[in-house]
Amino acid sequence: MAAPTTTADQVLDPHPTKEDNYFTAEKGVLSWIFTLDHKRIGVMYLCSVMTMFALGGLFALLVRIEHWTAGPTLDFVTPDMYNQFFTLHGAIMVFLVIIPGIPAALGNFVLPLHLGAKDVAFPKLNLMSYHMWLLGAAFLVLSMVLGAADTGWTFYTPYSTTTTTAVIPALFGAFILGFSSIFTGLNFMTTIHKMRAPGQSWFRLPLFLWAIYATALIQVLATPVLGITLLMLIVERGLHIGIFDPALGGDPVLMQHFFWFYSHPAVYIMVVPAFGVVSEIIPVFSRKRMFGYKFIALSSVAIAGLGFLVWGHHMFTSGQSVVASTIFSSITFLIAIPTAIKTFNWVGTMYKGRIHLDTPMLYALAFLWVFTIGGVTGIFLAVMNVDIHLHDTYFVVAHFHYVMMGGAITAFFGGLHYWWPKMFGRMYNEKQGRIGSIGVFLGLNLTFFPQFIMGTRGMPRRYYNYLDEFQDLHRLSTIGALLMGVSFLFTAYYLIASLRKKHDAPMNPWGATTLEWTTTSPPPYYNFHKTPPVTQGPYDGYEKLWYDEKVGGYIEKKKD
Amino acid sequence: MSQTTADAHGDGHDDDHDHYPVNEYPYVAHHFDSPEHQFEAGKFGIWLFLVTEVLFFSGLFCAYAIYRAMRPEVFEYAHYYLDKNLGALNTIVLLVSSFTAAWAVRAARLRQKNLLMLLIVITIGCAFTFMGVKYFEYSHKFHDQLLWGLNFNPAHPAWELPSFQAKHPELYAKIQEALAAGGPEAAAKVMPQPANTHVFFSIYFFMTGLHGVHVIGGIVVWIWMLIKAAKNQFGPKYFGPIDFAALYWHLVDLVWIYLFPLLYLIS
Repeated sequence: MAAPTTTADQVLDPHPTKEDNYFTAEKGVLSWIFTLDHKRIGVMYLCSVMTMFALGGLFALLVRIEHWTAGPTLDFVTPDMYNQFFTLHGAIMVFLVIIPGIPAALGNFVLPLHLGAKDVAFPKLNLMSYHMWLLGAAFLVLSMVLGAADTGWTFYTPYSTTTTTAVIPALFGAFILGFSSIFTGLNFMTTIHKMRAPGQSWFRLPLFLWAIYATALIQVLATPVLGITLLMLIVERGLHIGIFDPALGGDPVLMQHFFWFYSHPAVYIMVVPAFGVVSEIIPVFSRKRMFGYKFIALSSVAIAGLGFLVWGHHMFTSGQSVVASTIFSSITFLIAIPTAIKTFNWVGTMYKGRIHLDTPMLYALAFLWVFTIGGVTGIFLAVMNVDIHLHDTYFVVAHFHYVMMGGAITAFFGGLHYWWPKMFGRMYNEKQGRIGSIGVFLGLNLTFFPQFIMGTRGMPRRYYNYLDEFQDLHRLSTIGALLMGVSFLFTAYYLIASLRKKHDAPMNPWGATTLEWTTTSPPPYYNFHKTPPVTQGPYDGYEKLWYDEKVGGYIEKKKD
Repeated sequence: MSQTTADAHGDGHDDDHDHYPVNEYPYVAHHFDSPEHQFEAGKFGIWLFLVTEVLFFSGLFCAYAIYRAMRPEVFEYAHYYLDKNLGALNTIVLLVSSFTAAWAVRAARLRQKNLLMLLIVITIGCAFTFMGVKYFEYSHKFHDQLLWGLNFNPAHPAWELPSFQAKHPELYAKIQEALAAGGPEAAAKVMPQPANTHVFFSIYFFMTGLHGVHVIGGIVVWIWMLIKAAKNQFGPKYFGPIDFAALYWHLVDLVWIYLFPLLYLIS
């Protein structure tokens, strides 16, 4: 395709005409429920995911508050309920929040804009993914009403086939959510392959898209295995077929293999999009070209590939052969390499840049700090003999919360603040944003760092009770969780407050050069008036952008 | 012809309008440049979907491989209960339907409406035949309690089955001697039923059941295609849905091609 003849000046028109944006393009509730517009679907995902984040967070706070004292703290929380709370917290946060969080909520909104496209390749499938997400969420909520599962989010057999709680609705919910995730991934892969703007070669894609692409690859290749595993587990529990149930000749460890064959790649479904968000934020707020673009791009794919070969490191204590464990352990070490390449390049991008500490950048910096701790402690756990000591302790809990909460959620909030003006056309209060992000960062470390110490000292995970010597650390952790809760409430407050203002977001509030900032905030229904040509890399051309007081954002100025 | 259309959308057209023009092809969605663009995206998507389907079944194939390696005697013993002839019949039925599905793509591209409809009807007919045979097999197994887990309570030991007797005449002669001398208990000692034989039927019902669900899904898809074909929607510019349905159908066929020997033809 030949590049259209629009010039950069037209694209960066600082005075957009007052024409329809995607919010006002159609009216009524049904226009939202049955919309095919990727932006509206993204916004609906965002609202749903945030609701579930609040619910999952509530369960986390209940678990943490219960640990204020050894023995019962809250009158209404029995030990059995405690098991249900941490199961619900895990299942909600994994399946309903983190997995759809960045790809489905932010990705849906941003991906076609990054490509200069009018929509994703299959808009109806996209809507169906969202409806399936709702159905899956409904089943998980139903399972709470019917007697919430107490198996942990991993649904290990034989406990999951013998407990009296409502495991089948929870499994079925996760099964449906899996298909929602598969269809999102399939849609995004096709879109990136087939819908790129003229001139947008693979190495001119924003790194967010490389990350989303790697994620989609995992979603498409790993999630079906989870689907069949959950289906087998449903059938095992319902009909007693004897595939996983040892009493009938089945093999419970087989279930663990199947489960982790999906669920280890799934942690990369959760964290690779976070890499993508951070890769968008850091060059923009350093006003510097991305350092090592190709390395970051390809390391996402490398992580996705290697992620399929390490599932056995969850099973060092499950009676797996030493040979298998050694291989899994070694490949796990390998994953540290592409991850470290990314971190190195992010820091290299900031070096000698003009760093602007706006809210998205604060989240990105928090991510760098926290994710590095989470990643390095992952290496501890990949060492077989160390893992025997730390397996099923709070050390593991702290590790994956540093990665999931500190990595995925922090980046999600960074991305949310970064794209908020584009999504809703409003600027939030910057000072409040910075306070909120610092609160989240402090709360996060205060919650989970003591858990590392507890874990090395032998505090097992998922226990209702604990020895007195752990009380101080548990209390620190609980205080941190409350601080985080307050910070998130504050964040919700100022974000919602910004929606009550008039439209005030400029096209390009941050001085970014990717395509979504060349259209109005919020974008029109068809995203771009003209398909934007791509003549440079996604992080080139910061020197051409100047802040304009009148516009309140960045515009391109010609050389005199 | 197609090239000029694509070009017109690529350059000139877009620049003249503030909004994207509505496509002149009624079946091309607004966000695609041309029918070819839409077809390519669809083709890529359906192949990805087929990959997910393969992986979806792979969990069961994996379970099959593990249990067969762990308990070969169970598979050896239990497979006599399956009727090879019915399995072979179903294989032929599905192969014929795959042929008609592939032919349907050609008919759609050439706008041969009546032929296309006929081919789709034959495909659907084959799918129903397959399910009918499957129903016959399943009801026989329910009748003889050849079921999963604790429901496994076979009406006949394997040596009473003609499929076994034909294959192992010497062993059968021994069993008959034992039967004459000491009754069924003595016969069962010559050829005992292995422990956990029910797992074979768990896997059999799970794999063929899931495959059957896919056949039913295929029937729904083909009926939808039949309606579209009756409306004369397909032609050289727009035949993607038939192509994608046929690809899906080939995969369903392919899964059966593996299931048939793995379950019916064990030796």
